[in-house]
Amino acid sequence: MTSDSCGPSSRLYLAAPDQLGLLSSGCGATCLPPGRCTAGPTLLGAAPSGLPNPLTSCRLHQHRPPSSRPLLWARAPSALDMRAGASVSGTGSAGERGSPGLTGAACGHRGGDWRRERVRRWERVRSRAALPRHGPPVGPGSPARARPPRAAPQRAAVVRTGLGEAGTRGPWTRAAGGPMRGPHRGPGPLQLLAPLRLLAPFRSCPLEALRISGPGLALGSGVPMQDSGFSVLSYVAGIAWFLALVFPPLTQRTYMSENAMGSTMVEEQFAGGDRARAFARDFAAHRKKSGALPVAWLERTMRSVGLEVYTQSFSRKLPFPDETHERYMVSGTNVYGILRAPRAASTESLVLTVPCGSDSTNSQAVGLLLALAAHFRGQIYWAKDIIFLVTEHDLLGTEAWLEAYHDVNVTGMQSSPLQGRAGAIQAAVALELSSDVVTSLDVAVEGLNGQLPNLDLLNLFQTFCQKGGLLCTLQGKLQPQDWTSLDGPLQGLQTLLLMVLRQASGRPHGSHGLFLRYRVEALTLRGINSFRQYKYDLVAVGKALEGMFRKLNHLLERLHQSFFLYLLPGLSRFVSIGLYMPAVGFLLLVLGLKALELWMQLHEAGMGLEEPGGAPGPSVPLPPSQGVGLASLVAPLLISQAMGLALYVLPVLGQHVATQHFPVAEAEAVVLTLLAIYAAGLALPHNTHRVVSTQAPDRGWMALKLVALIYLALQLGCIALTNFSLGFLLATSMVPAAALAKPHGPRTLYAALLVLTSPAAMLLGSLFLWRELQEAPLSLAEGWQLFLAALAQGVLEHHTYGALLFPLLSLGLYPCWLLFWNVLFWK
Amino acid sequence: MAAAIPLSLLVLLLLGPGGWCLAEHPRDSLREELVITPLPSGDVAATFQFRTRWDSELQREGGLSVLLKADRLFHTSYHSQAVHIRPVCRNARCTSISWELRQTLSVVFDAFITGQGKKDWSLFRMFSRTLTEPCPLASESRVYVDITNYNQDNETLEVHPSPTTTYQDVILGTRKTYAIYDLLDSAMINNSRNLNIQLKWKRPPENEAPPVPFLHAQRYVSGYGLQKGELSTLLYNTHPYRAFPVLLLDTVPWYLRLYVHTLTITSKGKENKPSYIHYQPAQDRLQPHLLEMLIQLPANSVTKVSIQFERALLKWTEYTPDPNHGFYVSPSVLSALVPSMVAAKPVDWEESPLFNSLFPVSDGSNYFVRLYTEPLLVNLPTPDFSMPYNVICLTCTVVAVCYGSFYNLLTRTFHIEEPRTGGLAKRLANLIRRARGVPLL
Repeated sequence: MTSDSCGPSSRLYLAAPDQLGLLSSGCGATCLPPGRCTAGPTLLGAAPSGLPNPLTSCRLHQHRPPSSRPLLWARAPSALDMRAGASVSGTGSAGERGSPGLTGAACGHRGGDWRRERVRRWERVRSRAALPRHGPPVGPGSPARARPPRAAPQRAAVVRTGLGEAGTRGPWTRAAGGPMRGPHRGPGPLQLLAPLRLLAPFRSCPLEALRISGPGLALGSGVPMQDSGFSVLSYVAGIAWFLALVFPPLTQRTYMSENAMGSTMVEEQFAGGDRARAFARDFAAHRKKSGALPVAWLERTMRSVGLEVYTQSFSRKLPFPDETHERYMVSGTNVYGILRAPRAASTESLVLTVPCGSDSTNSQAVGLLLALAAHFRGQIYWAKDIIFLVTEHDLLGTEAWLEAYHDVNVTGMQSSPLQGRAGAIQAAVALELSSDVVTSLDVAVEGLNGQLPNLDLLNLFQTFCQKGGLLCTLQGKLQPQDWTSLDGPLQGLQTLLLMVLRQASGRPHGSHGLFLRYRVEALTLRGINSFRQYKYDLVAVGKALEGMFRKLNHLLERLHQSFFLYLLPGLSRFVSIGLYMPAVGFLLLVLGLKALELWMQLHEAGMGLEEPGGAPGPSVPLPPSQGVGLASLVAPLLISQAMGLALYVLPVLGQHVATQHFPVAEAEAVVLTLLAIYAAGLALPHNTHRVVSTQAPDRGWMALKLVALIYLALQLGCIALTNFSLGFLLATSMVPAAALAKPHGPRTLYAALLVLTSPAAMLLGSLFLWRELQEAPLSLAEGWQLFLAALAQGVLEHHTYGALLFPLLSLGLYPCWLLFWNVLFWK
Repeated sequence: MAAAIPLSLLVLLLLGPGGWCLAEHPRDSLREELVITPLPSGDVAATFQFRTRWDSELQREGGLSVLLKADRLFHTSYHSQAVHIRPVCRNARCTSISWELRQTLSVVFDAFITGQGKKDWSLFRMFSRTLTEPCPLASESRVYVDITNYNQDNETLEVHPSPTTTYQDVILGTRKTYAIYDLLDSAMINNSRNLNIQLKWKRPPENEAPPVPFLHAQRYVSGYGLQKGELSTLLYNTHPYRAFPVLLLDTVPWYLRLYVHTLTITSKGKENKPSYIHYQPAQDRLQPHLLEMLIQLPANSVTKVSIQFERALLKWTEYTPDPNHGFYVSPSVLSALVPSMVAAKPVDWEESPLFNSLFPVSDGSNYFVRLYTEPLLVNLPTPDFSMPYNVICLTCTVVAVCYGSFYNLLTRTFHIEEPRTGGLAKRLANLIRRARGVPLL
């Protein structure tokens, strides 16, 4: 091959050496006699640092006297050179067109004739092909060239099919200054233009721009080793960053940001423990008698403690029977009482809610709610109305009430309109208590679709826990005390992982989760009664609640001061969004790197393909992006999206058909259909690869993988922004397999990896991890049962509460994953 | 507060030395009364009216002012004060006029709190005072207690001590019965040296509460998110058989951009076409939306008036200091002539009790009502005014500056200027150089 082996530096500066003066001096030394190749290492040494050496091959250059070459004629020799190179390279080398300069190849043809005439001689040639042809390298450049052949196809050397001085000089001036025909020898102004040249290609050819910046950023196809190295490094960095989040510099102490709730100077006076227990007993008795929520009793009792009482009836037919909660046609009644704040206009309110399920749990919570209502009613300091809400069918009732309160219908719930309202709800607390005494209070913050309440609400709870000496837990885990040693952070990591899993599930973990959609800050308090000796009675819990409500009553604005996006490794520690986002950023970078690499390779392949056409005449070739053959991508994309759509629609739609033909119940039918479609997606032939030219068999899957990578990266990026946990979990599992998938190499290994990281497998894995972290490990059979239940719940929650995990997985990630599957089995 | 000072000055002026209350008929000039009415919610409303005179000296002298004790009055659900001043003719030919000062104080006692959970009440429970003596200056000093029996068959409540006289009148379209306690009647107080009026419900008052008024309304914002929303007003006509028109006046701030085409009015599931609509669109930062409608409310129905809006983005200096509190939307105003159940007689204002003037009667068959719904709190999209907002501003500036210079560099065309031939000296030098065979300058 010819070479003025100034490749790297020239490429960086995009300037002919002789015109760049000082800049070129580094390689000028090696290039002085055009075509005389000097040592590669020297060259490398001379190249500006940061260049990961794209050029390793130096070849003698056919010396042509520059003066003997007219400009218009310039194309021929270069083509000649290149054809020679290409014929050996087989797959075709980069520039077979008229004057396939590095930038000229793409820019020139789009840009017009004058550009095509540029005689820049930068060529990218497959070095594997080039090496044998040009014989042993001259000089010590050879060691660097001796790369493992596996990596060779990705390697591209920048070779200048040099034309000597005339060839370099002329076009440069032209490129910079317009169509000047003659070789221009004035060196002066061009030095000024050096930066411009660097940027000039951006104008018309982004691809080339990428390539130019490539070496500098180590992203170019010339550095495959470094590239995959970077990918691995980036992936590891992402995981390591996430694990490092529990260590003190990254995790910070929580602090109250809201001024109005700053101090805890509230004297709690609640003393209605006996009253609460009496209410709870009565409630449980009435509930047992009637078998449902004792609406009349609740109404009477609420009225007797001085509330303004209303009821709301609702009914909902679930899309299919809910076997976990044993319900299908649901109808119930919510009861709520409003405590009107004196001398206020009912513009703002707070909510204390107790969700009552079908079983007899939560009676104590109702008792405490009523006792608190009675206590609150006697106070004169309320500035906001307080709504005491008891919902039937736990979250369904809450959803019905919230929709009716805000007069919207999101989930197709039928409910009677509300008679009484109390303005904009500022905050809500959900209470779940099933015993007269508790050993600890557990707080749940994760809401629907991973939404979180403002951190100040949690801080408020924590403050009153400390003040009342209550034992408070997060994710059922005690708060580690010592964050300086390793134990604290490790314990925090467990809590953090539990939170990530919970948040990623997108389920409302408690009825507070449904409030978050309406921008009502809310959390759920659960009383836990375990075997611990020291127990708290309802008064302690009531006092904590009283304190919280009195503080919330002080609010002047909605809670907005503190964080909305955070992770919690402990109750008094948090990680803010600015600190955890890099973790997922590193993971997504892998996809970006891979995509960029593919883009480079595709571009080479694209150039190669057009070569056999032979006539590199003035006809404008397709830009590489189109040359990839978008048509061949349409079929797999459409098919996989259709599979996703089928996965989303068919299970619920076809449940009745399934129950008629198979001996299964509706819920089973839904889950089994779900699994069947999911598995069927793997078996379908996706590609119509006949369309793809046989001359570049790799192009098809490369293009498909490129599209899939970008699709995945976009999806994961968007998910991570709204629900970090889900985005991070998906990225952790899907990225490696996605990056590795290709139709060569150990296919079965890749296939196994891909299947293991598919969304469904990830769900299964998360369940196991979840129970492992909760120290209640699952057996395989239990895990499978739980998995089936989780599938059914996921579909149900999408229909009943509007949880987005199911559509996200079925319409977004599953089709995307199928694309990778498709890439893997590309023929 | 700003209005309070001139007002008190005015009162002082009127009552100053030589004021007319010390003129010809001093005892005739002061009438005071207290009206106690149970409300549909179970609370108790107490309305004081003092005509002509109400100052601190009266407290020492007794009368109804004894009951005005601040800490009790402010532990109530609601209170409102009003002052009316008007000229009154002294004689038939109106050759000279007097000024009439009328002060009212209306208080709604939270029966639940004052009654310790029961809805019975007494003067002592409400005011922590009893009446001991009449005001020596007053010409009339009475307490009226609404003892209207809503349940036809039997007595549901009893008052103690039993009233000497009762008074019947038509108030807001219904017939009301009041027990009268005249403090100037010496027998009233002399028995026990104090008067503590008590009311007891014979049965739990859930079923015996006074009926809700014929017209009431409710208003709320529906929807979620910070882009769109809907203003809904529910108008209740609980009259069993009469439909009546209501004039609904809405002023909505400009930053809620109303979509007038989404205005829907439905009664009993059917569309209700208003007989008159006046709409004046808002102008940003200048005037609010004005929407006025005349709506016929069918008998015994709920009418829902709803209109959608979009929340505008304010300029960042236009936000209030507490933007996350939300922005208030003023109440809708409902004006209606509500049909009466009972025809009212024309009233002689001077003879009838003072509280009659609180309830204006337009004619025998209707009475006028003006209602204000509750104000609303609407959250607008609010930037985070703390650090991130500053960071965004700063970054945008930096990016803009960088982008500008880069873009400039990218789009500028550079032309190479031929080096000028140079001056005479250069030319000379070149001549010499050429002669010498040295490269030219």
